[in-house]
Amino acid sequence: MLKYILHRIALLIPTLVGITICAFAFVRLLPGDPILAMAGEHGVAPARYEELKEQFGYNLPIWQQYARYVGEVVTGDFGVSISSKRPVMEEFKILFPATMELSFFAMIFAMVLGIPAGIFAAVKRGSWFDQSLMGTALVGYSMPIFWWGLLLIIFFSGYLGWTPVSGRIGLQFFFKPITGFMTIDTLLYGKWDAFRSALSHLVLPAIVLGTIPLAVIARQTRSAMLEVLGEDYVRTARAKGLSPSRVIGLHALRNALIPVVTTIGLQVGTLLAGAILTETIFAWPGIGKWMVDSIFKRDYVVVQSGLLLIALIVMAVNLIVDVLYAVINPRIRAS
Amino acid sequence: MKKKLAFAAALLAASVLGGMANAKTLVYCSEASPANFDPGTTTGGNDFDASSRTVYSRLVEFKHGGTEVEPGLADKWEISDDGLVYTFHLHPGVKFQTTDYFKPTRDLNADDVVFSFDRQFNKANPWNGDKYLPNLTWDYYTGMDMPKYVAKWEKVDDLTVKLTLTEPNAPMLANLGMDFASIVSKEYAEQLEKSGKMADFSTKPIGTGPFQFVDYQLDSVIRYAAHPDYFKGKEKIDDLVFAITPDATARIQKVLAGECDIAPYPNPADIGTIKANQDVTLMDQAGLNIGYMSYNTTIPPLDKPEVRHALNQAIDREALIKSLFQDAGATPAENLIPPTMWSWDKDVKADAYDPDAAKKVLSAAGLTEIQLWASDRVRPYNPNFQRAAELIQADWAKVGVKAEIVNYEWTKYRSEGKKKDRPGAFQIGWTGDNGDPDNFFATLFACSAIGVSNYSSWCDKDFEDLIQKAKKTSDQAERTKLYEQAQVVFQKQAPAFLLAHSQVYAVVRKNVSGFMMDPLGIHRFDGVDKAE
Repeated sequence: MLKYILHRIALLIPTLVGITICAFAFVRLLPGDPILAMAGEHGVAPARYEELKEQFGYNLPIWQQYARYVGEVVTGDFGVSISSKRPVMEEFKILFPATMELSFFAMIFAMVLGIPAGIFAAVKRGSWFDQSLMGTALVGYSMPIFWWGLLLIIFFSGYLGWTPVSGRIGLQFFFKPITGFMTIDTLLYGKWDAFRSALSHLVLPAIVLGTIPLAVIARQTRSAMLEVLGEDYVRTARAKGLSPSRVIGLHALRNALIPVVTTIGLQVGTLLAGAILTETIFAWPGIGKWMVDSIFKRDYVVVQSGLLLIALIVMAVNLIVDVLYAVINPRIRAS
Repeated sequence: MKKKLAFAAALLAASVLGGMANAKTLVYCSEASPANFDPGTTTGGNDFDASSRTVYSRLVEFKHGGTEVEPGLADKWEISDDGLVYTFHLHPGVKFQTTDYFKPTRDLNADDVVFSFDRQFNKANPWNGDKYLPNLTWDYYTGMDMPKYVAKWEKVDDLTVKLTLTEPNAPMLANLGMDFASIVSKEYAEQLEKSGKMADFSTKPIGTGPFQFVDYQLDSVIRYAAHPDYFKGKEKIDDLVFAITPDATARIQKVLAGECDIAPYPNPADIGTIKANQDVTLMDQAGLNIGYMSYNTTIPPLDKPEVRHALNQAIDREALIKSLFQDAGATPAENLIPPTMWSWDKDVKADAYDPDAAKKVLSAAGLTEIQLWASDRVRPYNPNFQRAAELIQADWAKVGVKAEIVNYEWTKYRSEGKKKDRPGAFQIGWTGDNGDPDNFFATLFACSAIGVSNYSSWCDKDFEDLIQKAKKTSDQAERTKLYEQAQVVFQKQAPAFLLAHSQVYAVVRKNVSGFMMDPLGIHRFDGVDKAE
């Protein structure tokens, strides 16, 4: 098992190198000159331009810039934001819990609805429920997040007034964060009304962010379930006279869930990508919104390091999923 | 231990909160997070709203809702006859804010003023460089040419400061009302330097302004409280909250739902909904900007004013503005400066649409082909250069001029466009800095700006004499006359086609009073009140 894990980690190295190259090249490939872009309407005097170029290291040959960048990243130095002048890592640590919290609730939403829907659709294969569910899943999968988020805000917050429009918690609640997770911090402080406020602020963004994973999980569960339901051991279980709920719940589901677990793990990438739009719409102070703000501010240091950090997280989660998969399915290890 | 401390802080905050229930709280849905709270180091309008306009004050201030300069921390000032020496007399007894992280022991004095500027240019000042914050560029201080004009700042006595210039420069006074010229506390700086926490200067601000900083949750909420000892009197609202909401539609929904009281920059598409709502008011004003199109006045036949006038007359400007700005609307530009700026001459009018007259002049001049420049960037003064180019191209085709559209990416576009011998018509614009007419006339059309920001390569002796004289005159009435004459010359010579000043909007709930649109594009909350 250890050998398998080490092997998986070794495989990540080329990916890591590729990511640093992408993050590095991204900034250099953007049209225009980063310093001129930063200078805005006024432009910048030639002498000052040279000075800034030196300050940011853009005067060095490209390979030296890359070597410098990798050197910094390896030592854990992700640079300092051009606009706020704060270390990128410091901002990341403050903002990441918000993204985690939102992603967690989005995933709960997607799983709680997606898995039962998939099972039901598989069991009632070909029925009107199956067909409409798969149709809806396709719509959910193709839904533009931006449009979907605004639609929900206008209807539920604007028209019905059921949920708050945006933010993480009501403005009347004001306390120093402990863990950075609103739902946990409010409980630690013993503030039930603040906890309720935090939950109500999570409803719409979690639905919006969870929509695509919901569609994927529902479809994946359905197909995995269909495959398993045709297996010999299920037929055997049925032949033994077990009740349909026992056959499905015990024998089929446990085996069908193996690919579903993988799918759920792989949705982390989708969640982080979706967070960029969801957080911007819902004024959610997480890393997605941070990236968008930084792009608008032309804060290339944050964009470059933010990309790298997000990529690292996705890679780490994929690694964990791979390992977990090997744990539940020994055949993988052998191959 | 850390957790215990955090818990105690939270309890304290909660008890403060308990008191907040009866306090008058104004919530502003701001459009973006501030980079930091030191206005000397930042450049964005949202940065300034959150720092300089709330926490700080300046020697002089802009009149609320206007561009005229009025007394701020300086009650009065004298300018020497040669225009080189400015003597400012500070208001006595001005208090800095007292917070949990700083307790001032003295009132504002001349040392604070000298320090506030010295740190922005003096490399020997520990606050000028990396020791304070990495990669500091002091953009506005250099951008407004302060190093060129300022010879020295001196303390005369505790309440008197002397500024000596290298050459007369009347717009200097307006520069001192700008955000980068906010006055900071020298005592606070020294205290942080001693404790080795210099970076806190940009995250926990101390000033003399109407509101004091309470807390900032990164990218989420900024809290302020009214400064109890504010030298112009305590504000009527007790607490000011910035709820950072980047999406324009969500921002407007928040105002409509009563989650915030004021929000800037609605989407043009939402303007109809806002107008129809009973609970909110839509405020608007022509922004401090101008969209225009520069003709290269050195290349025939564009060197003839009548040809430039004819090209202007050939453009159906009304239709063009409607198509570009749609529901958001824009004020057609009659002059280079917007009507909210002092010295705007109401008698000067832009060329009227007259394709027949244009056709005659253009065919007589033999102009059949022209380059028409467009870029990809959305600017406040022109949301779509490409669309504008296509519409102008169609208008010019009707008068027998074939326009070839030239496209470049924004930075390349500007570097190519500013070249002295760049041919044709170049679309560009400007957003003003300090509300001084010099910031438009001299920046964009002075002879010395050719190759920099004078995209018309236009150097007219009459115009140049007028604007240079106005720059050196300190009397505003006199300057107004000179700029009015300059506008007449500009109209006659037509070095550019003037498009529009884009409209700026804010949405305000009906129970809020005293909020004003500001031509400088800033959002101020001093003087704002709210009925419960």
